Amino acid sequence: MERFFLGAAIACCLIIFLTLYRAVFGPTVFDRIVGAGFVGTKTAVLLVLIGFIYKRLDMFVDLALVYSILNFIGTLIFSKYLVRGGTR
Amino acid sequence: MIVALPLVIICVSAGIFFFFAGAVGFLRFPDFYSRMHATGKGDTFGILLCCIGLSMYNLAAHPSWQLGVVQSVKVLSIAVFWFLASPTATHALTRSAFVSGVKPWTRDGIPVREREEEEGAP
Repeated sequence: MERFFLGAAIACCLIIFLTLYRAVFGPTVFDRIVGAGFVGTKTAVLLVLIGFIYKRLDMFVDLALVYSILNFIGTLIFSKYLVRGGTR
Repeated sequence: MIVALPLVIICVSAGIFFFFAGAVGFLRFPDFYSRMHATGKGDTFGILLCCIGLSMYNLAAHPSWQLGVVQSVKVLSIAVFWFLASPTATHALTRSAFVSGVKPWTRDGIPVREREEEEGAP
């Protein structure tokens, strides 16, 4: 079962690399924010999978929870701050 | 344990598939709003399926209170939190992009409001 979790974690990493294209070369600044948020969603799942691989889920699940909360707050703050290019 | 393992594999694989579909839509769709549509749906459903599968696996592997039930509820709480937070973040980002003047994509390149004025629509 560890092998399946390792494969799922590698698939998550590949999807993160696919998404990073839009986060680096995005036409608008909002595309870059969405790219960063999309990476954060994968990272929460990736942390839980790493917890299963290392058999220390009780530590990694708290990290995943805190990471997802911080990612959500960061996205909200950026979307509030960047209305009309930061002038309002 | 034996009953749970195929369910775990199906749930996590379906979650990874929805992540992949969201990433493909995020790369291929023509404008910002359709990209938000792809990522918002794919992300929410993918993380829900992944967390349900992983919490089932943890509950089957550790049939105890401290290592089994508590950690499974924590993994499920990640899914519940994202189920509330991801549509909120999508809505806030889309609204701020619309207020900032990001144009929606149309087939002939004319924005929707100007075309309505040309055709005399109400």
